Amino acid sequence: MTSMHRDRRSWGRVEGTTVTLAHGAGGRAMRDLIEGVFLAAFGSPSRQILEDQARADLSEFTAGGDRLAFTTDSFVVDPLFFPGGDIGRLAVCGTINDLAVGGATPLYLSCAFILEEGLDLDVLRRVAASMAVAAVESGVRIVTGDTKVVNRGACDKLFITTSGVGVIPRGVDLGIAKAQPGDVVLVNGFLGDHGAAILEARGEMALQSPIVSDCAPLHDLCRQIIGAAPGVRCLRDATRGGAATVLNEIAEASLVGIQVEERRIPVLEEVRGFCEILGLDPMYLANEGKLIVVASPEAAEPVLATMRAHPLGTRAAEIGRITEQEPGRVIIQSVMGGRRILDMMVGDQLPRIC
Amino acid sequence: MKYVDEFRDGRKAAGLIARIEHLVARIGRAAGRPIAIMEVCGGHTHSIFRYGIEGMLPAGIELIHGPGCPVCVLPMGRIDDCVAIAEQPQVIFTTFGDAMRVPGSRKNLLQARADGADIRMVYSPMDALALARKHPDRDVVFFGLGFETTMPSTAFTILQAESEGVANFSVFCNHITIVPTIKAILDSPDVQLDGFLGPGHVSMVIGTSPYEFIARHYGKPLVVAGFEPLDILQSIWMVLKQISDSRAEVENQYARVVTTGGNSAALRAITRVYEIRPFFEWRGLGSVDHSGIRIRDCYARFDAERRYAVPGVSIADPSACQCGEVLIGAIKPYQCKLFGTACTPERPLGALMVASEGACAAHYQYGGAGKVSAA
Repeated sequence: MTSMHRDRRSWGRVEGTTVTLAHGAGGRAMRDLIEGVFLAAFGSPSRQILEDQARADLSEFTAGGDRLAFTTDSFVVDPLFFPGGDIGRLAVCGTINDLAVGGATPLYLSCAFILEEGLDLDVLRRVAASMAVAAVESGVRIVTGDTKVVNRGACDKLFITTSGVGVIPRGVDLGIAKAQPGDVVLVNGFLGDHGAAILEARGEMALQSPIVSDCAPLHDLCRQIIGAAPGVRCLRDATRGGAATVLNEIAEASLVGIQVEERRIPVLEEVRGFCEILGLDPMYLANEGKLIVVASPEAAEPVLATMRAHPLGTRAAEIGRITEQEPGRVIIQSVMGGRRILDMMVGDQLPRIC
Repeated sequence: MKYVDEFRDGRKAAGLIARIEHLVARIGRAAGRPIAIMEVCGGHTHSIFRYGIEGMLPAGIELIHGPGCPVCVLPMGRIDDCVAIAEQPQVIFTTFGDAMRVPGSRKNLLQARADGADIRMVYSPMDALALARKHPDRDVVFFGLGFETTMPSTAFTILQAESEGVANFSVFCNHITIVPTIKAILDSPDVQLDGFLGPGHVSMVIGTSPYEFIARHYGKPLVVAGFEPLDILQSIWMVLKQISDSRAEVENQYARVVTTGGNSAALRAITRVYEIRPFFEWRGLGSVDHSGIRIRDCYARFDAERRYAVPGVSIADPSACQCGEVLIGAIKPYQCKLFGTACTPERPLGALMVASEGACAAHYQYGGAGKVSAA
């Protein structure tokens, strides 16, 4: 990009109503798109946006902790808008949560957009506005980004990749290999809402129940959980593959068994009904605002109380325990009293037919 | 959740288990082996594993997981036919999700979709008919599969397509019927079964009378069972009670859904649209006489088998597969040489590893043996 001549024309007035290949070609149209859509939504903290990289003062990091946390995630959800969120909110919250469950305070995000030629510009504006709201909620700034436009059919409307950096406070050391026999397993509320909401929003089910995604930034809840008591071993957000997959990862990494009680697992009535009809298991459905907490027995009570006092944890529950038996396996005790293995998910959860 | 939780009550389950234990003790082990009860239906198999029912039962009783998973028993050749139809450029091939992973000899439907075929998952044949209306320039083919449970909905969809004059819709008919297969199992010399749990959903359509021969000719008790865990426990108890009383009858535990005569409207639609095939091939069991149905000549224009050139080749199961032995209860899933090693839910070789209702897939997912070595 050559130097700016702001006085010669007003930048940021995006022509037309749809994204064209010109919006990704590096010229004036692209510049207008960046200024008129993205900067208009995210704000430009300084003239830095004109550089090829965001710059941050190291002191801001060193004041917050002694380790940097860095993560990235891509978002391709279909449909772009669904009850409780949209791809933009998901792209911010997803990356925030990946930082937060490591104990990090999220600071900055980058976002890269891949746009399909012909995308309605208003869709893009709504997504950018939603990202801006989610960034404010999460206390982070979106400081750098990229835009590419591909031919119609080369991507599905809009893909977003966000990367995030944060800083881990001194003394905070969480990890999935730290679970110990006797520890308790907690969850901050109803499981499976996001997965059910997306399946329903695809309109393939012709069901009328109002299932709303739980998409939310968990940084504040994580901070409070970590501060509630020493003895918090591990936090994990239960996204793709659901809670069952996270529990299996913990069991394998920590070489412990995990026993879960089905009757204690919080599942919204509508989601349960949805799963009953389609033969799905809420333990394998994705969440975007739910985390699994492993804590020492002493920490269980204060952590649970802290979670329940937080707006994103009012329905928090203890769902199981870490055991010495059957290391590497997750065993669920059914509502009937029988036991079975709760394995990793195989492929997609395809609905059963009969 | 109303109408669900009542059938999963842990205390009631404990009561039933106590009564089952009492009967098992009374019947004893006169035969020198555990009492063997086959649940015919894959839906039962799934519930049994899902709720850990086998682990709750006393040692003197054994559940044999029968051939009632329609997805599992689809032979490879039929999947090859599906792929051949789906790969035709004008075709939109529609299927229930379960069938996507069933292996063909070259590829399964998921792979065919990845290779460019237009394959879409639907939840009902009516969804497929809606697609046909929406895309008049394309040919929509529905993969009709399942027992009498799903037969009526496919039949009604064909009748609907006929009345609307939808010309670009057809059904690749792979519906099968369970009764001849139960008979084939009972005729097999290796089988030692003491009773059956009859399929609930199938019976909702066909009623309970088609099973009478099992009680009369083979002297085996059969109880048509519901799918909730308490349904299954109560039905097991009812089978045991018959054995204990030296009775062999067809009883109906699932009376809240199943009637003796079945659903007459559904039966009429089935009879109108379909006829029995002389034989049909089952994965794991081989050819079973009169076990498949096909579309009658008068509805030939809705029959994908006649509209498209399909290879129609019979492909033998991999020789190391022991699905047939598992199906008749001669061996347990984990006793198969391939279980959890060469044959896993991700890469199923045998029929029973394919769908969640297959005995091996259920054992792998919920039962555990072999899991670690395969992971």
